[in-house]
Amino acid sequence: MKFRKIFRTAWEGLMLNKVRSFLTTLGVIIGVASVIVMLSVSAGTEAAIAEQINALGANLIIVSPMRGIPGAGRTMMIADAYAIEEQVVGVDGISAEQGPAPQTVKGNGVTLDAIAVIGTTADFPNVRDYAVASGAYFTADEDERKAKVAVLGAGIAKDLFGDVSPLGQTITVGSVKLTVIGVMETKGMVSDIDYDGRVYLPINVVFQKFMSEMPIGGDRVRTIYVKASSQESIPSIITQITALLSERHDVSPSQPDFTVQTQQDIIATQEATTAAFRDLLAWVAGVSLLVGGIGIMNIMLVSVTERTREIGLRQALGARASDVLLQFLLEAIILSLVGGLVGVGVGVGGSYLFGMFGGMQTAIVPGSIPLAFGAAAVVGIFFGYYPATQAAKLDPIEALRRE
Amino acid sequence: MSTPLIEIQGMTKVYGMDEATVHALAGVDITVDKGEFIAIMGHSGSGKSTLMNILGCLDRPTSGTYIFDGRDVSRLSRNELAEVRNQKLGFIFQSFNLLPRLSALANVMLPMLYNMEEDISDDETERRAIASLQAVGLGDRLHHHPNQLSGGQQQRVAIARALVNNPPLILADEPTGNLDSRSSVEIMDILHNLHRNGATIVMVTHEPDIAEHAGRVVCVKDGMILSDGRGGNNPCLNKRLL
Repeated sequence: MKFRKIFRTAWEGLMLNKVRSFLTTLGVIIGVASVIVMLSVSAGTEAAIAEQINALGANLIIVSPMRGIPGAGRTMMIADAYAIEEQVVGVDGISAEQGPAPQTVKGNGVTLDAIAVIGTTADFPNVRDYAVASGAYFTADEDERKAKVAVLGAGIAKDLFGDVSPLGQTITVGSVKLTVIGVMETKGMVSDIDYDGRVYLPINVVFQKFMSEMPIGGDRVRTIYVKASSQESIPSIITQITALLSERHDVSPSQPDFTVQTQQDIIATQEATTAAFRDLLAWVAGVSLLVGGIGIMNIMLVSVTERTREIGLRQALGARASDVLLQFLLEAIILSLVGGLVGVGVGVGGSYLFGMFGGMQTAIVPGSIPLAFGAAAVVGIFFGYYPATQAAKLDPIEALRRE
Repeated sequence: MSTPLIEIQGMTKVYGMDEATVHALAGVDITVDKGEFIAIMGHSGSGKSTLMNILGCLDRPTSGTYIFDGRDVSRLSRNELAEVRNQKLGFIFQSFNLLPRLSALANVMLPMLYNMEEDISDDETERRAIASLQAVGLGDRLHHHPNQLSGGQQQRVAIARALVNNPPLILADEPTGNLDSRSSVEIMDILHNLHRNGATIVMVTHEPDIAEHAGRVVCVKDGMILSDGRGGNNPCLNKRLL
């Protein structure tokens, strides 16, 4: 068929100038690949955030003071946490947390500066799905009597004591001497917090020894983590906590001075942030695809000028305007489709490599492949059409006369 | 007697508009029978190129009729003209106009790419192109590129290309203009052979010794035919008048 012959002519035309064809394609390759990589990076980021937030613990409800309201940071107290534990139905456990400024920690002759110290209630390992590897966590009783005990994150334990068991050893946090009674399992980084690099103390010890001079007073808590007994009980618990804390803080439930969030809420908030980021990336990638298209148009225009004589000859030999149009349009479309195909390959491969070596989680969005490839095809037709019409418009006599 | 291959009456070609008009052709009548070998002569600006372009269906006359092979082609659309060029005309150019990146064989195959009349298979396309190249004595140069061929050989490739669709008319525009005398003789021999075998050839030239190969010399001046006939008193062959 005729189309097939002209397709072959277009293909041969491109093959006669392989380097130029490849360089022209490069723009589209980069455009398509970047669409796929960008989308996979942002999808991967979203997945990573969701994973991290879920790693906070299962069925978790997070109660924190409302940010941005004057005085709100002072209102949530340890008593609120106990009230939630005692009065709210469906609660499996709570962990109130408060941390002073980073402290200097000494033990076994080693001094570590700027170590995060965190006071928790006794249920912390259960609520946060974060088990003790050796020894034990402190009990509610120890917390209440302000026992001078500490549980070390796995990293801190190693930094201070190496391979020696820290259990029963004494460490100094700030100016307070504490006995190590447990070491947590390795958890790593979750939401930018290095759980292994922290020292865990009874929250009442933190209140007494580290927070008492603070102007906001010694029994305020930063966060109360509430573990629901089941996924289904979460809505009911949120309602109960909101009612209870509103009453205790003497505020209207519609204008609370605290927030009650589930992991899903936090994931949704984070996703809203990453969505903007993702859209930006998609636009940047789209623009690079556009630039690739302009590159094709540029080269096709040069090609039409260079090959004016060839076009004139083909017309003299019987090529109709539509044959010339088709030949040059096909060249542009082939360039962009080949670029699209290679770009899909590079994009998918690049996403894997980014995931493996780029320190980034990536997840290829299946829809991005037809999207990017389709966009490449449209770019080819769109930017190939103008040069092709320029070729088809040529007058054979003029064209043959051109040097 | 058979109907003429070309019948042109009252043909004019005017370029430009209003006062800036140029009458490239100012009323030309010419008839060419099948099997004739004609040389068109005239110096530059005489209108011979315009006449050649119209004969070659690359351009349309402003007025007048052009009956070619029994069909009035003076008012055809661009696409219809392209089809006429493909089916019924074989072009030979002064500068050969071979595509430099293609082999001799691929160059000769080109006209069949645009053949709308029949869908020629790839094998058949190649077979015909080889036959055509063999006919001009280049059967052993099929895969050479133009830059690997001498000028005479390149022009022979162009002749093979002109013949490959079996057109009723061969148009040669200064076919020896870029060739040395030995190659010129070679090319003229081929044209003579074609003529002997029944081809109709219209050739533009400004070299009287080349024109003398033709059976009939048409002399064009100022857009009109000054004389039409055989040698002797032809003003274009008379160097003093040129």
